Amino acid sequence: MKTRLLHLALVAAVAIAFTSCGGNKSSESSEQPAAPAATGAAVDATTAGSVTGTITLDGKAPAAKPINMSAEPYCQKAHSSPVIPPEVVTGEGGALANVVVYVKDDMSKYSFPAPSQSVPLNQQGCMYDPHVVALMAGQTLEVKNDDQTTHNIHPMPKDNREWNKSQPPGASPIDDSFARAEMAIPVKCNVHPWMKSYIFVFKNPYFAVTTKDGKFELSNLPPGTYTIEAWQEKYGVQDQTVTIGPKESKAVSFTFKASGPSGD
Amino acid sequence: MSGIYRFRAVHRFALATSACTVLLLMAGALVTSNDAADSVPDWPLAYGKIIPPLIGGIRYEFTHRVVAGLVAILTLVLAIWLARDDTRRWARRLGWTALALVVAQALLGALRVLEGHPAVTATSHAILAQLFFITVVSLSLFTSEWWQVDVPPMDDSGSPGLRRLAAWTTAVIFAQLILGAAFRHGAFGIAPHIVGAGVVTVMVVWTGRAAKKRFARIPAIRRSVIWLHATFGTQILLGGAAYWAILASRDAPQPGLTYVILSVAHVLVGALTLAASVLLTLICFRLVRPAESLAADSTVAHSQAGGR
Repeated sequence: MKTRLLHLALVAAVAIAFTSCGGNKSSESSEQPAAPAATGAAVDATTAGSVTGTITLDGKAPAAKPINMSAEPYCQKAHSSPVIPPEVVTGEGGALANVVVYVKDDMSKYSFPAPSQSVPLNQQGCMYDPHVVALMAGQTLEVKNDDQTTHNIHPMPKDNREWNKSQPPGASPIDDSFARAEMAIPVKCNVHPWMKSYIFVFKNPYFAVTTKDGKFELSNLPPGTYTIEAWQEKYGVQDQTVTIGPKESKAVSFTFKASGPSGD
Repeated sequence: MSGIYRFRAVHRFALATSACTVLLLMAGALVTSNDAADSVPDWPLAYGKIIPPLIGGIRYEFTHRVVAGLVAILTLVLAIWLARDDTRRWARRLGWTALALVVAQALLGALRVLEGHPAVTATSHAILAQLFFITVVSLSLFTSEWWQVDVPPMDDSGSPGLRRLAAWTTAVIFAQLILGAAFRHGAFGIAPHIVGAGVVTVMVVWTGRAAKKRFARIPAIRRSVIWLHATFGTQILLGGAAYWAILASRDAPQPGLTYVILSVAHVLVGALTLAASVLLTLICFRLVRPAESLAADSTVAHSQAGGR
């Protein structure tokens, strides 16, 4: 009788354990066929407007721990002062850099061929530059290694093909692209674990990444009402709605609070 | 008492192989904890060379490969040695099984490097590592002087029998290691592993109490239980500490030393806990008669008494 109870208890415990499995860690990308190219109309430049603005940080960002580069003497020597992770980078007046601003709405009624020029992602001083990259689906990402040490570039998308390529010093640039739109693809270097960046892939050209002046411009926008979204790595996303008329330029600003939620 | 102990040298070699396997487990855990699993993109060479530049995460990944190669060689020698000198067919087969497991481990490691998909390949690699480890630990026991001595089995009047309790404890510890590996490599979340810890706690305490109550005077069983309790108690503390380290370092730019030490220690002690349970189980199977045979003896005795 006791043995039967023991068996039952163990089976129940294992069943409870497995039913509490969560799907909160996803590490596999499912290869889905890319959406067929839109055959929409071109944007009428005679009526197009723009949205401009500034992103700022309200308050002071918490002090970040400097990166420990002692695992690689070359990397350590490349910097004369401690390197702070570029999670929150501010300029004058609290201007926030590395914020991705984009039109959230479906723009598939227009056609936007991928630009022929590549978007650079450099590895310099054992850090990615820029920290956040945005490009269009099908546009070439050109990865260069300016360091005298080996890096590996490992984007980990969920909706695109994952790849992991090594790049020794002096190697040719690595060219690759992403077939599908995807937000915040993490990129890491498994040789130097502190190296991180993010790649945003869009189907349309209405996106911008702010620099230290915190400014952005989304130009050549057809008249209409749009949801403009701003993404910041630590502080998450914010939306604003804006309506622009023919050849009209409107300004929207976003302010992230330094005490706000983490941008996970 | 029968049997002449002939295996002193091979026993020491098996112990050495087990010890090197512990080092290999540590090397593997260091790869994962330092996020270095993808630092070498090719196999069996590393960056097209036998010895790659030993920088950053490559140091951990390459060291893991070197120690794995050493363990594979030791296992091959052990398997050949057993095949040559051990008259027990099952022991010879177990030696070849250990070799097959370490070869399978190498291939799984290659698959992880070349194909990625860590939730599947890395988790499988971690689980097979534990299977290999308990195989070489078992071989260490089977080649020991203690094992060669024939001892009449003892009766176990308790229910469930200690053999069964020990076997179930080993099974739940192994399941718990699977859940831990799956969490660590991104297959699913922490909740199943925490539930599993509760189940293991119940089984370890239950088995320990049964062993203490029924066989407290048997040194082999008593020592095995002490080791099991010591490793398991340490593992529970390390589990809490490792999870705290994960949460505390969530925003850190890279794996910190505290997190690396605690997570690696947790993996290692988990393996040692499994080994302790396996040893207790094997010792119980060696020393304790199955509860079913005791019941059968009682039935025969009753029917004989009734027939008089």
